[in-house]
Amino acid sequence: MASKKQQELDGAQALVMTLDALGIEYVFGYSGGAALPIFDALETVKSNMKFVLTRHEQGATHMADGYARATGKPAVVLVTSGPGAGNTLTGIMTAQMDSVPMIIVTGQQVTWMLGKDAFQEADIFGITIPVVKHNYLVRETNDLPRIAREAYHIATTGRPGPVLIDVPKNVSQSPFTGDLDAEIDLPGYKPEKGFDIESASIEEAARLINLAKKPLILAGHGAMLSGAERELMELSVKIDAPVTSTLLGKGVFPESHPLSLGMLGMHGTAYANKAVCECDLLLNVGSRFDDRIIGQAHKFAAQAKIIHIDIDAAEMSKMIQTDVEIIGDAKTALKQLLPLLEKAKHKEWNDHLDGYRKKYPLSYKKQGGLRMQQVLDEIHELTNGDAIITTDVGQHQMWAAQFYTNDASFKWISSGGAGTMGFGFPAAIGAQFACPDQTVIAVAGDGGFQMTLCELATAVIHKLPIKILVLNNHYLGMVRQWQELFFDNRESGVDLVGNPDFVMLAEAYGAKGINIKRPADVRKKLQEALDYNDGPVLINAECIKTDNVFPMIPAGAALEDMLIEPPKYKMEKPVGST
Amino acid sequence: MARTITTADKKPKPRPDIIGGHTLSMYVNNKPGVLMRICQIFARRAYNIDSLVVSQGRDPRFSRLTLGISGDPAGLTQIILQCDKLIDVIHCYEHTPEDAVVRELALIKIKTENAERRTEILQIVEHFGGKTVDFSESSMIIRIEGASDKVDASVRLLNNYEIIETVRTGKVVMARGEQPT
Repeated sequence: MASKKQQELDGAQALVMTLDALGIEYVFGYSGGAALPIFDALETVKSNMKFVLTRHEQGATHMADGYARATGKPAVVLVTSGPGAGNTLTGIMTAQMDSVPMIIVTGQQVTWMLGKDAFQEADIFGITIPVVKHNYLVRETNDLPRIAREAYHIATTGRPGPVLIDVPKNVSQSPFTGDLDAEIDLPGYKPEKGFDIESASIEEAARLINLAKKPLILAGHGAMLSGAERELMELSVKIDAPVTSTLLGKGVFPESHPLSLGMLGMHGTAYANKAVCECDLLLNVGSRFDDRIIGQAHKFAAQAKIIHIDIDAAEMSKMIQTDVEIIGDAKTALKQLLPLLEKAKHKEWNDHLDGYRKKYPLSYKKQGGLRMQQVLDEIHELTNGDAIITTDVGQHQMWAAQFYTNDASFKWISSGGAGTMGFGFPAAIGAQFACPDQTVIAVAGDGGFQMTLCELATAVIHKLPIKILVLNNHYLGMVRQWQELFFDNRESGVDLVGNPDFVMLAEAYGAKGINIKRPADVRKKLQEALDYNDGPVLINAECIKTDNVFPMIPAGAALEDMLIEPPKYKMEKPVGST
Repeated sequence: MARTITTADKKPKPRPDIIGGHTLSMYVNNKPGVLMRICQIFARRAYNIDSLVVSQGRDPRFSRLTLGISGDPAGLTQIILQCDKLIDVIHCYEHTPEDAVVRELALIKIKTENAERRTEILQIVEHFGGKTVDFSESSMIIRIEGASDKVDASVRLLNNYEIIETVRTGKVVMARGEQPT
């Protein structure tokens, strides 16, 4: 009986059955000619997967991304060939830069037309090689289950990342005669090595930590992905070391904890950056030393012994020369490290940093118009810092990172490495699908929101109670800030004159819209938005146009050259990095 | 259509700014697209691939690659690790002439209209253990094989005659002793 049933399958059905068996919950996508057999299989195969029709393929990728960052599990993106596949590029790159698992299935022209410039043919296999963890162009129908299983395995193990499967139409619609349970065959991929850590490196790290007088822990996304929260807490308390986190590591160590210094880097807290400059030992747990946090490499933690824990060997000594390399899973490494560490107290060091904390607190003025910081600060208070926050990129993102402190992993969803505008809102849709009972807030600027706002339709249809917070200064604020500081305030390509009325726009899609114009109204209006749960609500906050984010380390400058407040002198153009 | 041979092979110009001359060997999946993934890693870090040899391994599911590369030595370790990280790469090693046997083969076509010069050329070929693999009235093809510096030396000497074309296979390496290639 089973074999008869299997004979009747086509490739697309075998693919859908395999993805379902792997436990995929959501498929975000957009249909098209070359993907017809796969879309049909979504109807003909009984599966637990739910399909969400987006309004643009980029939106589908960010939704899958938001879903994955909220759950740790991959979702599937399903699109057609050519332009459909091309529109996924930014979303795939975003996932790759931030180590997010994702499976992208693209339809493709039939195999015998490939390379002949056929209708909607694009070499998406070749195009995506630099932005995926791995990809496939499937040529044999019977390979589909094995490839889908390999894609899932590659996407979710080791350092996670996106995997693309390009499926020509004849491959998906031909009869499937193979083994649905075909095993993976990946001789060049050994993620299990990440759990087998060289004990010599652990011992050397422990020796250095035990000698340290001014230790500092840097917690990155890798710590979160490995689920090392408990070990991280135990370790920092045991050796009495303060913890700073990267943008993507926000929440892995509770930011309300007395040992937390908050985020470091270009717009991180002054006390976190001061701690990096002055520490005598830096323990990096799962951060890749992004250029946004190191400033000038040779001046970064210059007085410190540096220990780097990373599951990806290729990250070792890429940006920073380290004293001890620990290649492997962060949780495993910390577990092995803990028993070798001596309990310590570093009162003087922590008191010294507390001095900085008091001297340079994150603050903002409540006079002179509505500031983004106030809106974020108040929504933080109203939600007890417990909402899932997604962001775009720019000033609103940095202020959200500063003022929406959080105490748990997987609640801060922001495009870090790629810096993708338009990411926040669709990512919030994915996160809300993943966590229907949680408050999800998409923090966006007026620029980024307009890049993917067509997904309002998706959010409305599914009645997702997302709070879309458009912090509207009618500018591309971060670029304008740089032009003010480094280009004699010559504004070029930053004035978003012609913005729509966002409240009317939301209402046109069937969403609720709320305007905030006065600082005094913020709390009341935000509460109104939080109380509305019948679908998405858009809050348009009209903020002052020319505010700047501080502290700031100009790109390529050293952490010690951080600006706490607006400079009184004309600044040199940054050249070290973008 | 007859082709007029006009190329007197130009003497090799010294190449400025080349750092390295590193030799990598890789054992990779024998599949379409694998080379593309590898080449992108080198291109992105502005490395030049000076020579490239790809052939099927003893197990036909895999291929052997030998790459001669040059570029900023600061990035080399990371490039090796990034190649090693590719799902299709089983392993990637750097080899030096001390730890590996390095060989290449050159075919050199030379004008031989003058009988006297022909004798001289044959003496050089004999000295380098080369062989004549094609002979016509106007030209001959010589095969030289060995370590790259030996091939370089023979080409340098033969440059005193009228070389029409040279084709080199590029380096292949095999690690000495117990070490895998």
